[in-house]
Amino acid sequence: MTTYPPPGVHKTVTQTKFDCHISALTAAPQHQGVQFVTGIRIQSVTKRFGATPVLRGVSLDVAAGEFVALVGPSGCGKTTLMRIVAGIEQADGGGIAIGGRDVTRLRAADRDVAMVFQSYALYPHLSVAENITVPLAMRRLSAWQRLPLLGRFLPGTARAAEGMARDVRTAAEALGLRPLLDRRPAQLSGGQRQRVALARAIVRRPSAFLMDEPLSNLDASLRVQTRREIVEIHRLAGAATLYVTHDQSEALTMADRVAVMQGGELLQVATPEAIYADPVDLRVATFIGSPRINTLPAETGADGMVRVAGHPVGLWGASPGPVTLAIRPEDLLPAGHGLPALAEAVEFLGESLLLHARHEATGTPLVLRLPPEARPDLPASGSHFHLQFDTSRALLFGAGGKRVGATALSGEAVLV
Amino acid sequence: MSDMALPAAAGARAPLGEAFAAWMLSAPAILAYFLMLLLPTLATVALAFTDYELGADGLHWIGFENFAELLRDRAFATSLRNTLVYVGLVTPGSILGALALALLIEAGTRGRTFFRAVFFLPVVSLTVAMAAAWQYLLHPTIGPLNAMLHSIGAGQPEWLSSSSTVMLSLSAIGIWENLGFNLVLFLAGLTAIPRELYSAAEVDGARSAWERFRLVTWPMLGPTTLFVLTITMIRAVRVFDTVAVLTQGGPNKASQVLLYTMYEEGFTYFRLGYSAAITLVFLAIVLALMWLQTKVLDKRVHYV
Repeated sequence: MTTYPPPGVHKTVTQTKFDCHISALTAAPQHQGVQFVTGIRIQSVTKRFGATPVLRGVSLDVAAGEFVALVGPSGCGKTTLMRIVAGIEQADGGGIAIGGRDVTRLRAADRDVAMVFQSYALYPHLSVAENITVPLAMRRLSAWQRLPLLGRFLPGTARAAEGMARDVRTAAEALGLRPLLDRRPAQLSGGQRQRVALARAIVRRPSAFLMDEPLSNLDASLRVQTRREIVEIHRLAGAATLYVTHDQSEALTMADRVAVMQGGELLQVATPEAIYADPVDLRVATFIGSPRINTLPAETGADGMVRVAGHPVGLWGASPGPVTLAIRPEDLLPAGHGLPALAEAVEFLGESLLLHARHEATGTPLVLRLPPEARPDLPASGSHFHLQFDTSRALLFGAGGKRVGATALSGEAVLV
Repeated sequence: MSDMALPAAAGARAPLGEAFAAWMLSAPAILAYFLMLLLPTLATVALAFTDYELGADGLHWIGFENFAELLRDRAFATSLRNTLVYVGLVTPGSILGALALALLIEAGTRGRTFFRAVFFLPVVSLTVAMAAAWQYLLHPTIGPLNAMLHSIGAGQPEWLSSSSTVMLSLSAIGIWENLGFNLVLFLAGLTAIPRELYSAAEVDGARSAWERFRLVTWPMLGPTTLFVLTITMIRAVRVFDTVAVLTQGGPNKASQVLLYTMYEEGFTYFRLGYSAAITLVFLAIVLALMWLQTKVLDKRVHYV
């Protein structure tokens, strides 16, 4: 579980960047041979809807047994990518391999994938047991054996039906659906429908699981609970899982690796820890983390010193020019000296509190996450105070939003 | 406490005024319902048990005599049988045809509105006028259909004037009349099916269009199909205007149908009592069909 990211992950990311050029899109759809890998391999997939490019050459590997969350704002192409992997939609270019087989030209039914849909997509006229049986019946029974009355009397049907009933029971057992097997989907709660959809996905033991925002229709408390169940089901099934979500907290809590997608390209694929602490792109840094990471316009001088509105902040940049200084809310501290700021409001969250402030020179809004005990010492709303931060945890991004190297002046804080 | 009790005290008086207002507001609808629907129906029921004839001085209560006569009347038996044949041909013909067309139109990428309009035309056009067009089309000597049959050397049946083909011809016209209406209902039903169900069916292993139809389309269309079935049967039982314009029940009563017999008895022979008895039979059939829909089939197509 913890051997990820496998070597070469960052290489994949860089490669994606190069593929995102327009030339890759205008080139005729080409189909390269996709190399062997168990799990899911997505290779330079491009897709356009009319004139609008939706996927700009996306490459991503999900190893067998690995859980990769594909996260991004709505409209970034993540669901389209998943539908292409499932075979419901066709890519304009690039290839897909599942379980070591090139499936680019295969239809969904032949790809050995299972998918959980956002709306669950259960068949409303079938009972829970029948819903879970569908993927088995479609594969294990011939068209004749599936005929309504007649099929029952054909040779082999009874034996196949017995095997299917056993598998359905096992899947239902794993998800606690035994008492509900005879109900119709309409008689179930949202959480129960969600489980039926999961059971229908695992019953066939596919080599790849695809989940398209499966938790977005559940209420908040159920969502947190189901999060863990899905990870548990994934562990039991051991298949490669690609999980699409727009909720970064789902991605960070559930996945072995997180793939951040925006504007039809993958920005970074890494462990949740690396995505959070070591983002390669300003867009990743601002998308991941709540409240949002603080960003301050800054300048690297000819001497290499990074300055915010003229104040050196104790960081050395690699090359001179305008940069963006990004600091997580928990890395900012009120202090007696440092960056001058104006306190605005305090929000109490229970385990911590948020101090909303504004950087005086630039007017940039800032958020500090502080322990609740700090409350009596906080600057009053409307009063001036100073900010310090841990320079070793500050991030620098160049003009294009790409991460640039920074050296901390000293291990501790900070500001002159 | 006292200000909380206040609305309750006022509320005790309010319902009277509200009830009056409610009755006044529904009065026009209630009046119209009584005058236009309930009274005529009750009058028909009452007439069915009398020997009333239009223009007669009085009427006598004759109990079930009219119904006893219906049982003996061979013309009525013919008209009942013809109506059943018509319903038996038009219902499956116009439903299956409409479903097939709806699936084709839905699967196509363009021309949806055009095809929908083309097939819906017969519904909005006047049946009597269209019947005249059919009379020309099916004319044994100058009609284009027989001219076409002649050119390929096939036989040229007398579509509307031979007792062996007249019900077939009328049924064909009936199918043409009902197809567009059913088509529009099926198209509406098809657009209401969630797209994700088809995606799920594909991932679950439904390879062919037929399998997706069996797994998703047909069950999801259940409520639509039931409604279409009921409405088509009721519309088919009601067949009258094509018969009145094209055949007048002929030749030799071969296209006599329920409502045409009722019309003849009532307004050609002025036997309003007897005609009312036929109307009651018609009403019983329609009510039976509606009962079938609400009580029996409805439970099997709604999955809630």
